[in-house]
Amino acid sequence: MSIIVDQDTRLVVAGLTGREGSFHGLRNREQGTEVVAGVTPGKGGQDVEGIPVFDTVAEAVSETGANTSMILVPPPFAAGAMDEAIDAGIGTVIAITEGVPVMDMLDTYWKARDAGVRLIGPNCPGVLSPGKANVGIIPAEFFEAGPIGVVSKSGTLTYQIGNELGQAGAGNSSIVGIGGDPVVGSDFVDVLALFEDDPETEMVVMVGEIGGDAEERAAEYIAENLSKPVVAYIAGFTAPPGKQMGHAGAIISGSSGTAQAKKDALEAKGIRVGKSPTETATIAVEVLGG
Amino acid sequence: MDLLEYQGKELFSKHGLPVPAGKHAPDAESAVEAADQIGYPVAVKAQVLIGGRGKAGGIKIASNAEEAAAHAEAIIGMEITGPHGEGPFTVGELWIEEGSEIEAEYYASVILDRAAKKLLVLLSATGGMDVEAIAESDPDALVRHHVDPVKGLTMDEALEVAGKAGIPEETADQVAAVLVSLVEIAKAEDATLIELNPLAVVAGGKVVALDAKVTIDGNSLFRHPELAELADDLGGDPQEEMARRKGLTYVKLDGDIGVFGNGAGLCMSTLDVVAQAGGKPANFLDAGGGARAEGIMDALEVITSDPKVKAVLFNIFGGITRGDEVARGIIEATKRSGIDLPMVVRLDGTNSDEGLALLGESGIDNLHYEKTMLGAAEKVVELAGGSGE
Repeated sequence: MSIIVDQDTRLVVAGLTGREGSFHGLRNREQGTEVVAGVTPGKGGQDVEGIPVFDTVAEAVSETGANTSMILVPPPFAAGAMDEAIDAGIGTVIAITEGVPVMDMLDTYWKARDAGVRLIGPNCPGVLSPGKANVGIIPAEFFEAGPIGVVSKSGTLTYQIGNELGQAGAGNSSIVGIGGDPVVGSDFVDVLALFEDDPETEMVVMVGEIGGDAEERAAEYIAENLSKPVVAYIAGFTAPPGKQMGHAGAIISGSSGTAQAKKDALEAKGIRVGKSPTETATIAVEVLGG
Repeated sequence: MDLLEYQGKELFSKHGLPVPAGKHAPDAESAVEAADQIGYPVAVKAQVLIGGRGKAGGIKIASNAEEAAAHAEAIIGMEITGPHGEGPFTVGELWIEEGSEIEAEYYASVILDRAAKKLLVLLSATGGMDVEAIAESDPDALVRHHVDPVKGLTMDEALEVAGKAGIPEETADQVAAVLVSLVEIAKAEDATLIELNPLAVVAGGKVVALDAKVTIDGNSLFRHPELAELADDLGGDPQEEMARRKGLTYVKLDGDIGVFGNGAGLCMSTLDVVAQAGGKPANFLDAGGGARAEGIMDALEVITSDPKVKAVLFNIFGGITRGDEVARGIIEATKRSGIDLPMVVRLDGTNSDEGLALLGESGIDNLHYEKTMLGAAEKVVELAGGSGE
């Protein structure tokens, strides 16, 4: 098994006719993903190297049985494309687009939640289940199937750590980029729950970064709900303290959002935190072996 | 993007949220003119993106033109350091505001609660001071109310919040209206934070926003051209200003190793690893996803325009960013600008082999390759001449 995407994924790409959409849509197909359709309003009837393009997601769903949507459309239209996929009955929506206004995401988050749709992103690299399917922009050739689940806020840092794990001889069940935006469809805790239930995943590497309190909440969740070991990495120890702009942020989260605060919260729950991507991979392989 | 007080207040006025009469003044002469028009006494207020201005002497009351001129001249050019050591920020402009006789000070804000995925309204009958301290010492004094994502905040709910916070009955209607207005403004203007500290009761029992802290979601500027224009005027550090105009995420630091990364996470991690290797990063620069050759050239130009930079580290793990595009950017920028600083390149991911091949054929001197992030960090620290002290 694996989580979120696998051999049953039937992908429709929103924005397939665009530069990024066609590059990554076709790459995902080369990597073994069933890419069954593209959607670009006004370009219905065309095709991109054999992948049929439809005007609407609803048509793509009824014609091709698409069950997963990748969003690669420009920011002003991204939330609309997510909403359209949710309305069309798509079960998993993976939004890659960077720069989506957060107020748009507030509406779309609740729309997805109410419809029971799994939303990943936006501003994320997508989800890769090595050997099965890749939906998004993760360079699949660097990863092999294996027992470690990876969940990360950051795209490129995910590749870095996944790659280090691979060099240390450990493959991945699934690699999930949840995105670093303030409001994302799935948080660390949502993905940790999926990894806990996935028999192929033996342990999880969690990659966080400064800002918000998702890592602190994950620490609590792991302590209470996860039987599988978790190793963490936090980026941003040398990040300059941002200028204070009001205090309401610190009040609601009760956390300063710094890398040190996150590391402390995780370690307080017995979760080991690596100092660098390399050390994190080393600890993970050690935990897996032990 | 953070707004200055006067920019926030102008936004409030547009949406009918009451603020004291005031005028923006870029220099002392126009400050006196503004004060004359408003009528004395006036408050002469430094416009900086930092709290603690009052204590630093950045807010003064003037009862006549001579005082207004004296205060304006003293405050313009003043350097203000934030309560947490931020800055110093140099005061470049003023807000001249009618003097208010304050009868009571409340605290009101609306903020995006990332964990709950809702807007959160906060209200306290005690304001004008460190609200974090209030939240800590008397948590019940700060009333929190999550805004329904579909319905928004109704007047009835707002009145209930005001009641719970212990806002006196005679001002409860006005305070509730302010809360409703805050939520409307946050949605309409894509503000992730609006803080009124204090929300003041002034002469005649009128409730007005005496201060304004507003943060606008930078991702939304495409639909707020008037706010995007403000962003153009904010100025600041020359490298940061240059980067912003080129659409790059750049933060200046005080070291001598230029850092170029793709993706905020990897870039932050690179800074951490450079520091662990004994070096001092000169900047954070995230080229973002899908940077093309031109973006890479812009980034290199920004990084090397900082005279402190002695060596540059490129740490790229391509996903949406393609290694060949990065290589083309490095080659073009180096050839065009004649940069001769040592550069260390670590390139992995999408099209990295093509990129490395291009760099190998380019014949650029002083270009070093490393396979690992750690190796690259150590190499660049060595090339920059050690610890950077």
